[in-house]
Amino acid sequence: MKKEQQGSAATRNILIIIAIAFVVIMLVLPLAAVIGNSLKKGFEFYMHAITAKYVISALKVTLLATVVAVGVNTFFGIISSWVITKFSFRGKQLLATLIDIPFSISPVIAGLAFIMTFGRLGWAYPILENISRITGMDIQIVFALPGVLLATIFVTFPFVSREIIPVLNAEGKDEEEAAALMGAKGFYIFRKITFPQMKWALVYGIILCAARALGEFGAVAALSKTRGETFTLPLEIDALYLSGDSDSLVAAFAVSSILVIIAIVVLILRNIMEYRAKLRAAEK
Amino acid sequence: MKFTHSKRVIPGFGLTMGVTIAMLSLLILIPLASVFVYAFRMSGAEFLGTVTNSAVLYAFRTSIICALLAALINCVFGTILAWVLVRYDFPGKRFLDGLIELPFALPTAVAGITLSKMYSTTGILGKPLAGLGIEVSYTHLGLLVALVFIGIPFVVRAIQPVLEKLDPQYEEAAYILGASRRKTFFRIILSELRPALLTGFGLAFARGLGEYGSVIYISGNSAKEHTQVVSYVIMQKLNYMDYASATSIALILLIISFLMLLFVNMVQVRQSKRTNNV
Repeated sequence: MKKEQQGSAATRNILIIIAIAFVVIMLVLPLAAVIGNSLKKGFEFYMHAITAKYVISALKVTLLATVVAVGVNTFFGIISSWVITKFSFRGKQLLATLIDIPFSISPVIAGLAFIMTFGRLGWAYPILENISRITGMDIQIVFALPGVLLATIFVTFPFVSREIIPVLNAEGKDEEEAAALMGAKGFYIFRKITFPQMKWALVYGIILCAARALGEFGAVAALSKTRGETFTLPLEIDALYLSGDSDSLVAAFAVSSILVIIAIVVLILRNIMEYRAKLRAAEK
Repeated sequence: MKFTHSKRVIPGFGLTMGVTIAMLSLLILIPLASVFVYAFRMSGAEFLGTVTNSAVLYAFRTSIICALLAALINCVFGTILAWVLVRYDFPGKRFLDGLIELPFALPTAVAGITLSKMYSTTGILGKPLAGLGIEVSYTHLGLLVALVFIGIPFVVRAIQPVLEKLDPQYEEAAYILGASRRKTFFRIILSELRPALLTGFGLAFARGLGEYGSVIYISGNSAKEHTQVVSYVIMQKLNYMDYASATSIALILLIISFLMLLFVNMVQVRQSKRTNNV
């Protein structure tokens, strides 16, 4: 291997330069551009922009959606990865594929799906009407907070299970089987054997899920129409950006910079996780 | 160990299976099925009428061609990036590696407005490019830039682990047998990487096809210039409350996405079968 590296020094340097140039132009520059644009009108303007009334409201909606999506998808991730990695059954591949659906479909379709279910034309609309009439509550899903929550859950659905499944598959199920044969109860096995195995993958899955939930745009955009009530941070950024005047434009980047900082934190955490995983693999 | 197949030793199969299927159905499958149900209630003529509308056809053409091109570009740069990250050591390598997943972590709307600003005729990259007579923002080129941005991690992360595990024996054998380095790469390494490349390509293409947030600002969404993408058209129809058109277009996009997902899964199943048999 060594000899090969020396022999192709020119190729090596060219490839490294291409790689670095690509990453700098495609990835580093946009990050710098957000921060640069956000501070164009000074720090005072920046602080003013990120504490505007609409922004605070959007921040609250975003955080709520993120917490709900992370909660639901963590629960689902743990349960579904248990099914998929600890048992053999027919249709396992199909189940895994179905769970991954939200990864490969347009977020706009996710929004549309809930409109066609709970919206005026949806089959569940009359049912909702009936429930509203009986309970005396006004239940709104589409263009209201529940729609935003459902859309966020939808797009982040596979994130946790996707991180856990490969780790559990690599660990195998011998330990769980041994424990079960010795009479341990299901939850006890999970707590003592499976959970410690999946711990870090779970943490990483939760981080990814939260990052995506904070930034979801297309699906929520289809289901949320009231600025200051059901708008999330990305929708608020969109509204500021499209309003056209130069103040709002800078404000859009100021609000974006919050999400950029979160994205950088996620990347750093991801790298720490990966480093830990490598260390543990090296120990074995 | 044969008995584990006939009788399950580990407890909790029924309960966890039930919860998994129930949540999957309620949160994903039933809402998606609503789209299908609504689309199938339309008459054939009505369906065809909405999807063969020229603006819709152009949007499909734009989305498919741009997503394909972007995925191909990402296959080239993704292979180079993965190769450099696995095979070479250089200062800043860890930093480079850590940045690859930025497009996953960065919200699409933020990426969209930033790229659009950067490549506009007054932006840091757009200005020099405009001097050369190349306009990026609000053209197909801009769309392509955004799709390359969001697609790159799929390809790099698909290839990297395979390249790490690749047995150097093959390369050494080829080398000893007198193959040139280039020949070794294209004949031996690339053929080993093919399933991973196909997976990365499929995922990047599927993502690019349905992408919304990162492309709508930079593409300009002009019907005249054919820079509208399919997800933009769906959103437009939704805003006009034209649900029939929105669902029919979505149905076609869904079918393409499912086919891509199926393709990626087949590649992966075949790959794991092959590696496990060795």
